[in-house]
Amino acid sequence: MGALFTKETQAIFWNNNTSAIQRMLDYDYTISRTKPSVAAIVAPTSNNKFEKFFYGPDEIMVPVFRNTKEASEAFPKADVLLNFASFRTAYDVTMEAIAIKGQFKTIMVTAEGIPERLARKMNQAARDAGVIVIGPATVGGISPGAFKIANVGGTIENIVNSKLHRAGSCGLVTRSGGLFNELSNIIAINADGISEGVAIGGDRFVGSVFIDNLLRMESNPDVKYMILLGEVGGTEEYKVIDAVKSGKIKKPIIAWCIGTIAKHFSSGVQFGHAGASANADAETAAAKNKAMAEAGIFVPESFNDLPNKIKEVYTNLKAKGVIKDIVEPELRTVPKVRRAKEFICTISDDRGDEATYAGYPISSVATPDTGFGIGDVISLLWFKKRYPKWATEFIETVIKTVADHGPAVSGAHNAKVTARAGKDVISSLVTGLLTIGPRFGGAIDDAAKYFKYAHDHNMTPADFINYMKKEGKTISGIGHRIKSVRNPDLRVSGLKKFAAGNFPATPLLDFALEVEKLTTSKKDNLILNVDGTIGILMVDMWRALGYPEDEIDGFIDAGTLNAFFVVGRSIGFIGHILDEKRLGMPMYRHPMDDILYNVEKATDL
Amino acid sequence: MAQRAIREYDGKAIFSKHWEEYFGGFHYGFKSVLVTSGAELKAKAQEHGFEWLKREPLVAKPDMLFGKRGKNDLVLFKTAKPGDVTLDAAAAWIDAKMAGTTTLLSGQHGQLSHFIVEPFTPHSQAQEYYISATTVGEDDVLYMSAEGGMEVEEGWDEKVNHIAIPIMMSDADMEHAIKANVPKDIPAKDKEKFTSFAIQFFKFYRDMNFAYLEINPIVMLDNNEMAILDLVARLDDTAGYLMAEKWGEIEYPTAFGMEDQSPEEKAIAEADAKSGASLKLTILNPLGRIWTMVAGGGASVVYADTIADLSGDVKDLANYGEYSGGPTTGETKFYAETVLDLMTRHKDPKGRDKILIIGGAIANFTDVAKTFTGIIQAFENYATKMKAHNTRIYVRRGGPNYEKGLKDIKEAADRLGLYIEVYGPETHVTDIVRMALAK
Repeated sequence: MGALFTKETQAIFWNNNTSAIQRMLDYDYTISRTKPSVAAIVAPTSNNKFEKFFYGPDEIMVPVFRNTKEASEAFPKADVLLNFASFRTAYDVTMEAIAIKGQFKTIMVTAEGIPERLARKMNQAARDAGVIVIGPATVGGISPGAFKIANVGGTIENIVNSKLHRAGSCGLVTRSGGLFNELSNIIAINADGISEGVAIGGDRFVGSVFIDNLLRMESNPDVKYMILLGEVGGTEEYKVIDAVKSGKIKKPIIAWCIGTIAKHFSSGVQFGHAGASANADAETAAAKNKAMAEAGIFVPESFNDLPNKIKEVYTNLKAKGVIKDIVEPELRTVPKVRRAKEFICTISDDRGDEATYAGYPISSVATPDTGFGIGDVISLLWFKKRYPKWATEFIETVIKTVADHGPAVSGAHNAKVTARAGKDVISSLVTGLLTIGPRFGGAIDDAAKYFKYAHDHNMTPADFINYMKKEGKTISGIGHRIKSVRNPDLRVSGLKKFAAGNFPATPLLDFALEVEKLTTSKKDNLILNVDGTIGILMVDMWRALGYPEDEIDGFIDAGTLNAFFVVGRSIGFIGHILDEKRLGMPMYRHPMDDILYNVEKATDL
Repeated sequence: MAQRAIREYDGKAIFSKHWEEYFGGFHYGFKSVLVTSGAELKAKAQEHGFEWLKREPLVAKPDMLFGKRGKNDLVLFKTAKPGDVTLDAAAAWIDAKMAGTTTLLSGQHGQLSHFIVEPFTPHSQAQEYYISATTVGEDDVLYMSAEGGMEVEEGWDEKVNHIAIPIMMSDADMEHAIKANVPKDIPAKDKEKFTSFAIQFFKFYRDMNFAYLEINPIVMLDNNEMAILDLVARLDDTAGYLMAEKWGEIEYPTAFGMEDQSPEEKAIAEADAKSGASLKLTILNPLGRIWTMVAGGGASVVYADTIADLSGDVKDLANYGEYSGGPTTGETKFYAETVLDLMTRHKDPKGRDKILIIGGAIANFTDVAKTFTGIIQAFENYATKMKAHNTRIYVRRGGPNYEKGLKDIKEAADRLGLYIEVYGPETHVTDIVRMALAK
C-alpha cells in the first residue's frame, strides 16, 4: 500500500463527460503533470476517434474507444477507471473492467442508486480481484499535486484556495462528496491541506469503506494524521475504533459523525444519504461520536467546532516536528479565455525555422545526399512513420508501375479531351482524376479489402471464390482483358519479383496466387492483375511493418490504396495534357456515326 | 432512498405472483384483501373470487407498516371465541378503529386507515415456524426458528438459528449451509419440508430484491398448504427499474404516525421525480422559526445538526431538505417559493424574528450564481411577506461562480429591503447558524 495515486497515474474515463475531463486536464496543467491524467475515453455510442480538450492554452486529443477492453489494450498502464456510467449500466461496466486481468488498480463509480444486490456483488468481485472501488455514489478522491478524479475540488480557483494543488499532511475520508470539498477548505484554512482524500460514497453498500482508506493512509508516510467525517447509520466507524484500539492505526485521527439531529425524530425522516439511517442505538451519530472519543480519537464538541479541533491537532503535530513546513510550488495558470481550434494537423508543421514533414525538416529529406526518396516522403506525410528501405522502394515501384497506361484508358482520354477544349493543366488533370473509382483504378482497394477479408477469416481459396459468387461480386484484382497465363503481365511479374526479394513475408500474395491457380484453371485470362497485386502487396507490406489488422483495415477504408494510384497516374495524365498542348490539337468533337441514336418521343403521363 | 417498507398485503401479493416458480411442492391460497373502510370490505365480498369473505371466519388487522399488532390489541380474530369473526363484525371493527386516533405502545400516534382481512386459519402452535432474511454487513442472513408467533423475540438467541450467506456463495453451498443449520427442534415429520421451504424462501428473497423479509409465523398445514399469517417486508427500491414487472404495483406508504405528506412536500417530491437534480423537503414543524434552504445532502445534515445544537430547542427547526445536482433556475425558484410560502404562514408564537438559512458547502460543479438567480426571483415575490415576519437571511456558499452569486443575492435583498448577511468559503460552513442565533 502507500499513496492511492501518483503524478504518473493515468485513468480511462468511461463516458465522455467533457466538463469533468476538462477539469482534470486543467488540474494537470496547473500542477505541471507531464502526462494528462486521462489517457482515454470510453464512449460506446460515439463514432469519434478522439475528443479535443484544452491543456493550458493549447489543445490535446484524447482517444475515444467503444469499449473498456480496447481502451485498456491501447493504454495498458492506465490503471484507474473512472466509471461515469448511469446507475443502470455502472455495474456491468465495473464487472467488465474487473474482468480485464491486471489492468485496473482502482475503479471509481459515480452512479447513485445501483441496486444494492448488484452493488454488493460488484464490491465483492473487486475485493476478490484486489481492485479498490471508490463509490458508488461518490464524487471521487484526490491526491493533491498528483491526480484528481473528475469534479472533486470544484473549480480550479477553489482547488488553489483549498490547497488541493499540492500535497499537505492530512488524510481525509468522508462519506459525502459535497462536504469533502468543504472539509478540504477547512483543512486548508486551519492546517496545511490534505495529502490524500477520498469520498467513499453515499450509498448503503460502497466498495472501499472508512477503514480501508484509513489503513492505507496509515501506511502512507506522507500522511501525518487523518480526518474522518462519518454519518449516522451503519457500523463502519466501529471498525476504525477497533483499529485504533488494537494499534493498527497509530496516527492521530480527528473524527465526527454528522446526523446528531436524527435523535430528535423517532422515524420516517431520512437525514442524509441512503446509507444514513440508524437501525440501532449504536448506529446513531451521538453513540458513534462518544465511542470514538472514548477510543482516543479526537472528536470535537460539534460540527461547528471541528475547525478548532483540526487546528489544535495540526499545531500540536507541527510543534512536535512531525509535520514540516511545505515549500509552496510554482503554479501554472490556465488561461481564462481559450479558443478551440477548428483544424487539426498531425503531419507537418510550419511554425519553426523550417517546415517539417512529421518532424523531419524539409532540407533533411529533399536532396539526394539525404538518402530520402519520394517513398520516404510519402511514408512521413501519409503514415507519420519512417518506413524501412524495402518498403519505401516498394512504394516507389508501385508509383512507377502505375504512372501511365496509354491514352485510351478513361482517365487519360478525359484529360486529353479537356486539354483539347483549351482548358488548363489543373482542369484537365482533374477531369482525368475524377474517373478514378470503382471501375478505373478502384480495383486496388477492393482487391486488398476482399482478399484480406478472406484471409482474415481463414477461408480456403475455394471458399473465397464461392463466397464472392454468393455475394454476386466479381473478384477484384483477378482477370485481364488481354494478358493470360501464357502471356503474363510483366508489371505483375516485376512486383512479385521485388516482393519475393525484399519483403520479409507475403502471406496475402501467397494466398492470392492460390486463388489465381483455381481461377486460371477455369479461364486462362483470370490472372492476378496489376491492381490486385498492388493492393495485396500493400497489405503484406503493412503487416510486415507491424501494423495491427484494424489499422490496415482503416487504411483501406480511407482509400489509401487508391491514393497510390492517384499519385502515380497523375504523372501520366500530366504527360498526356502536356502532349496535347505541345501538339496544339483542336477541339475534339466525337464523330456522330460513332453514336447509336435511339430517341423516342416522350409519352404523356 | 433505498430500503423501503411495503404493506403486508403487497408483500403477500408478490409471493402469490411468483409462488409456482419458487415454491413448487407447496400451496398458498393468497386469500387477502386490503381495504380502507368497512363498506369497502363488504363491497369486496360481493366480487367474484372473494366469496370466502362471507363464508369463512375472518381475521382483520391494520396494514400500516408497524408491528406488534397483537400486543397492541389490533388483531381481530374473535368476537366470543377464536374463529368466529363474521364479515359484518370485521367491517364494524374496522370502522370503529378508524373512528378515532390510535396510540401504539411505542408511542407512535396516528389515524388507522388501511386494513388487511384474511380467513382465520385454525392451527396448532406446533405448526407455527419462523423464517426471515435480511442483509447484515455485507452478507445476507437467513433466520429460522421452530417457534413461530409473536413470542419469538423473547429468547431470540436460544430459539433462532441464523446462517450468513455471502453474496458470492454458490447455490449448492447455500443449500448445504441451510440444510446444516435447520433448527434441531423442528419435528422430524416437518424437517424435510421446512428445509426445502427455507431454501426456496431464501432464493425468493434474493431474486426479488427484498431488503428484509420476515414471516412470523409461517404455518405448515396438511397437504403442503402454507399459511403466511404475518409478514413484514422492505424492498430495495433502487432495483425498481429491474423489478417493475415482478413486483407489480407497489406503494411505499409513509410510516404510521408520520402525517401524510403535506401538499408542499408532495409538490417538491413530484418536481424531484421529474428533474435530473435533487429536490427534497420535509416539514418538521410548520410553526418553527428557523427555515433552511440548503444545497447538498451532507451540508443539509450538518445545518440541521447545528441548528438543533445551538438553538437549544429542536422545535425551532421548521424544515429539513436539500437541493443539489445542478437544478435549473426555474426549479430553484419553485423550491425557494415553496419554502418562503411555508415560512410566512405563521407568526413565531414568541414573537421572534424568522431566520432563513441559505446554506451550502463548496459546490463541486453546481453554478452558484445560477441557482441563486432562482432564489432571488422568489425573494421578489415574497419580500413583503418576509418583511412582515421580520425575516433575517443568512447566506453561506462556495463553488463555481460563488462571488457573483453572493453579490447578486446581497444586492437583491438590499434592493427589496430585506435583512441579509452573506458569507463565502472563508467562513465555516455552519457558522452562519451561530451568527443568526447570537443576534
